Amino acid sequence: MYSEKVMDHFNNPRNVGEIENPSGVGTVGNAKCGDIMRMYLDIDEDGIIQNVKFKTFGCGAAVATSSMATELVKGKTVQEALLVTNKAVMEALDGLPPVKVHCSLLAEEAIHAALWDYAQKNNIVIEGLEKPVDDIAEKVEEEEY
Amino acid sequence: MNHFIYLDNAATTKVKEEVLQEMLPYFRENYSNPSAIYNFAAMGKNAVDNARKQAAELIGAKTEEIYFTGGGSEADNWALKATVEAYAEKGKHIITSRIEHHAILHTCEYLEKHGVEVTYLDVDKDGKVSLTELEHAIRPDTILISIMTANNEIGTIEPITEIGKLAHEHGILFHTDAVQAYGHIPVNVDTMNIDMLSASGHKFGGPKGVGILYIRKGVKIRSFIHGGAQERSRRAGTLNVPGIVGFGKAAQLAEESLHDRNMKEISTRDYLIKRVLEEIPYSILNGHKTDRLPNNANFCFRFIEGESMLILLDQLGVCASSGSACTSGSLDPSHVLLAIGLPHEIAHGSLRITLSEETTIEEIDFVVDELKKIIERLRNMSPLYEDFIKKNSEGKVENYV
Repeated sequence: MYSEKVMDHFNNPRNVGEIENPSGVGTVGNAKCGDIMRMYLDIDEDGIIQNVKFKTFGCGAAVATSSMATELVKGKTVQEALLVTNKAVMEALDGLPPVKVHCSLLAEEAIHAALWDYAQKNNIVIEGLEKPVDDIAEKVEEEEY
Repeated sequence: MNHFIYLDNAATTKVKEEVLQEMLPYFRENYSNPSAIYNFAAMGKNAVDNARKQAAELIGAKTEEIYFTGGGSEADNWALKATVEAYAEKGKHIITSRIEHHAILHTCEYLEKHGVEVTYLDVDKDGKVSLTELEHAIRPDTILISIMTANNEIGTIEPITEIGKLAHEHGILFHTDAVQAYGHIPVNVDTMNIDMLSASGHKFGGPKGVGILYIRKGVKIRSFIHGGAQERSRRAGTLNVPGIVGFGKAAQLAEESLHDRNMKEISTRDYLIKRVLEEIPYSILNGHKTDRLPNNANFCFRFIEGESMLILLDQLGVCASSGSACTSGSLDPSHVLLAIGLPHEIAHGSLRITLSEETTIEEIDFVVDELKKIIERLRNMSPLYEDFIKKNSEGKVENYV
């Protein structure tokens, strides 16, 4: 079902973890559909992503796309990171089964959400970056039990 | 990594050696069409008669009340669609439950598009149908109650005898999808007040592609597959002789071994449940504690997602299943887990382990030991777990589970 690359990133996910006091952190997805991704970015004064970590609740494809997304943005400038689309993540993984394409979208959104947080914290505008749809906060509150 | 541990016996079972041996002659030696008149067909015909007797005996039915089908789904479709057709004059209302197999639920949805009204009964947190709610749902135009004998995901055994009694008190037919129960727990169509019952061969050591619909004498449902005069003109199609022979043999073996097998499976199952609940934090047992199929255990592990767990188990040679959305091909987790009241995020982290009589304690020990590592690994990369731990350290302890 999954490509060798997907299985490799699932079995040996790169950059799993947290960053303390990150430059930006974003969480996307919701528990309802079964995928939540959180991306931490450490961005230096020149706007280069020095470090990136992720945590993901989700299926094999969700873990693999998160892992691949972190690899693709690491060392890039903020502008370059914006170019890491779901398509780029998918291609880098040698494709995903059709039902799993939404996982790659989530990876793109997670990067954007973390960049948005970085922009907010630093009072800057990143050209081409829109406010991410943050549906996790409400959904999680809703599901308190 | 030379393990192969098959713990998905609710999905399908291995054909028993004795069953296979019984079937083999009907492929190349006695390959006749049993409907034919010549002497060569007699062997096949006798074999089918014998299998029908074996299938009937397991549930205390009469031989002529057993109709062979192409499997459990066909039997469910037949029972529902043909009842609606045959009893249209009496009414157009069916009662079923929210936790039925899709062979029932999707058939009901189809019937709803054709003017039938369906009441889907809720279940309690253990997955049991409430008799009070059932009684409230009964209307003058109710023609059929269809409630499964035991649930395929969480293993809960429904109060079939009482449901059948209630149905009969109101003059309503009672059908039960016994696909998971037939050959696994004692079922008797008379004492349990069952009018129709579906079963499938491959769930208890028989072959795939063959099932039965038991139809009590006097129930006037008609043909579903039209064609030849097979199965007393109620189910056309050349008889699947090897399959039917296999079904019969598996039924006979299941009857003989039922008691001892149940004892063994229950003790292995309970050992598994005890170890998991004691050794894996934030784990939940789904389904009824005691009124459950002897070979079924179903857990939810909080903060993790089922498919990831299954892939990691698979890499160790362990076959199991999950009710997570990713394994169902939709975005929603199992309708059964949602029906018993689990929140989505917990339902996504489910694991179903279904044993066979061959499952050993050593295999269970291996699986639990590995499962502990897998769950810890997945939790360490889960943002839900991260949030939970942070909340806990701030003193905001959740008390679900």
